[in-house]
Amino acid sequence: MTALAARRPLQSGKLTAILLFLPPALLLFSIFVVLPILEAAWYSGFNWNGFGTPKNWIGLDNYRFVFETRAFGLAFRNNMLIIAVSLLVQLPLALTLAILLAERFRGAVVLRMLFFMPYILAEIATGLIFSFVYDGEYGLLAAIWRIFGAEAPHLLASPQTSMLAILIVIVWKYFGFHMMLFIAALQGLDRNLIEAARIDGASRSQTIRYVIIPLLYPTIRLSAFFAVVGSLQLFDLVMPLTRGGPADSSQTMVSFLYTFGVTRMRVGFGSAVGVILFVICVTFAFTYKRWFMRDE
Amino acid sequence: MGMLKKAALAAVGLLLTAGSVTAQTTLKWLHIEVNPNQVKIWEEVARDFEAKNPGTKIEMQFLENEAYKAKLPTILQSKDRPHIIYSWAGGVLRAQVEAGVVEDLTPAMQGYKDNLAPAAVTAFTVDGKIYGVPHAQSQVGFMVNKELMAKGGVDPSKVKTWDDLLDAVKKLKAAGITPIVVGGADKWPLHFFWTNLAVRLGGKPGFDAALKGENGGFAGETFLKSGELFKQLVDLQPFQTGFLGFKNPQAVGSFGDGKAAMILAISSFYHSQKALSADKKGISDDNIAWFDFPTVPGGKGDPSDTLGGINGWLVTKGAPKEAAAFVKHFVSPEVQKRLAAGNFLVPTYKGADEGLASPFMRNIAQNLAKSKYHQNFYDQDLGPNVGRVVNDATTELAGGSMTPQQAAKSIQDAYKQGN
Repeated sequence: MTALAARRPLQSGKLTAILLFLPPALLLFSIFVVLPILEAAWYSGFNWNGFGTPKNWIGLDNYRFVFETRAFGLAFRNNMLIIAVSLLVQLPLALTLAILLAERFRGAVVLRMLFFMPYILAEIATGLIFSFVYDGEYGLLAAIWRIFGAEAPHLLASPQTSMLAILIVIVWKYFGFHMMLFIAALQGLDRNLIEAARIDGASRSQTIRYVIIPLLYPTIRLSAFFAVVGSLQLFDLVMPLTRGGPADSSQTMVSFLYTFGVTRMRVGFGSAVGVILFVICVTFAFTYKRWFMRDE
Repeated sequence: MGMLKKAALAAVGLLLTAGSVTAQTTLKWLHIEVNPNQVKIWEEVARDFEAKNPGTKIEMQFLENEAYKAKLPTILQSKDRPHIIYSWAGGVLRAQVEAGVVEDLTPAMQGYKDNLAPAAVTAFTVDGKIYGVPHAQSQVGFMVNKELMAKGGVDPSKVKTWDDLLDAVKKLKAAGITPIVVGGADKWPLHFFWTNLAVRLGGKPGFDAALKGENGGFAGETFLKSGELFKQLVDLQPFQTGFLGFKNPQAVGSFGDGKAAMILAISSFYHSQKALSADKKGISDDNIAWFDFPTVPGGKGDPSDTLGGINGWLVTKGAPKEAAAFVKHFVSPEVQKRLAAGNFLVPTYKGADEGLASPFMRNIAQNLAKSKYHQNFYDQDLGPNVGRVVNDATTELAGGSMTPQQAAKSIQDAYKQGN
């Protein structure tokens, strides 16, 4: 009896807490996350230009139209390309720099700041800056090219090179962020383990290979997660640089959604793209969590 | 008592003035004009209207051309939407009318509309109702730099046929001059080539038949041939290096800087090439020339047919009644003459074109007056979706990633799918 009596106030206290703190969060989450997703799913069944209420129900036709559009294939390929470059180029680069700069030496802090700087810059500003850098007439790149007496290529104006140009900007902009993640993790490492390895006669590369990197696995997994999700959502860098062009060669899924859905007043079609993107993201997030981030 | 009466009167007076203050209406006017010299005049027109109509305030808002087109559908559905908006008429206007977001101006235009060029009013008429007040017309054709043409050994007044144009391009290239500059990143400057060819090849009957889906629609012979002829030009590589990365203002500015011999221009570029050039002066009047889009062998269109724009103002649903009054004030003989005197536009108000100061613009006005078939820009006329597909397809033609057949087919597919 006494035990029960003692438990009751605790439970009702918990209940009050739930009643007090859950509704605002739940409300915000439903209004701004759940509801729009459901709405998008609903709209994707209509041929609708966004004015008034949707009336013309066409079932799954919008999804068929999306998959039939050549630009969607390109956008999907580009997103995969961005993910690949993020994981295979950006991540190792960030990790290497982090290992170098986690040491205490003169200038380490300044270098860290310098490498982190691009990440702070707004995406649109970055895009505009690089559209000047890449400009084949007046750009920085053109000036460098001219020193060697060559005619500069218009990187952003050719379907063959536009994506390459964007990938360079992506790596430049985001490697600093991942580097900082790794530096933070490195500083939290147990120094004893590294010292123990040294005493046991491990070389520097052996220490990195067998001690430091395994200890960083949780952070690497987190960084990879950010890289993939960020890659899937890439939009604001593409718009000022190429707007997805030329000939849709640098379209990403989100810029595809914007160009083909929003600006063409095809809300149903755009919603279908949104739903596809959502399914891809959710599938990825859950499988990744299940396979790689089980322990965290 | 006297004191009280005075106080009461004062209070009433205060209330009245307060009432008139709250009766203040603000008209939000959204435009896309980038030329500061023209915007200055527009501002003065707005201030003038305010002075004549106490209690009305006009707030000018600006969006860049491409951004405007992209944002408009969203803007129009907001409660805070602007009252007066820019329009190119055509299919985009039709979509807006069908959505019920623009005001029917037929009553307001009663009597007044007879003062305007009939073709311009017709462009803003949807199902017998007038939805906009046109203020400017334009023609698409080649604007050329005489000096560079002479260097390449080309006489612009002799370029009459498509083959003449191809010859001119070859000569200019041989002389090391960039023949044509174009803002390929914006896509619509490239669609002018293809659509102008279609105007020459098919004339009005060709376009009307395509709209009805006859003769294979937009995948039919006329449009296939347009693509093939356009490809003849593209194969000569007539454009500046990196043309797919140039936005239109950059391209027009580049022409103003004297970097290319020709630009397939809207007649209003006559002015913007000055404003957008590096020295803000651009190509001088005696160095600039114009020739109409060349004719093609066997074309069914009349050489006097024109491709161009008809621009005007729409009043959005629920706007204060002063909005229509302001738009009419904007398209009044005084304002139209003033803008014509500055050579900013070819006016729509009858007789105002006499005010055009430059021979260049007078020539355009004459062309438009002679034209029996004035085709509105395809990307506006065919509606927001099909129009953009035309832009995509023609840009891909220019970039070499689509064949004329694929381009025509993609447009026809989009047209069949509808908006």
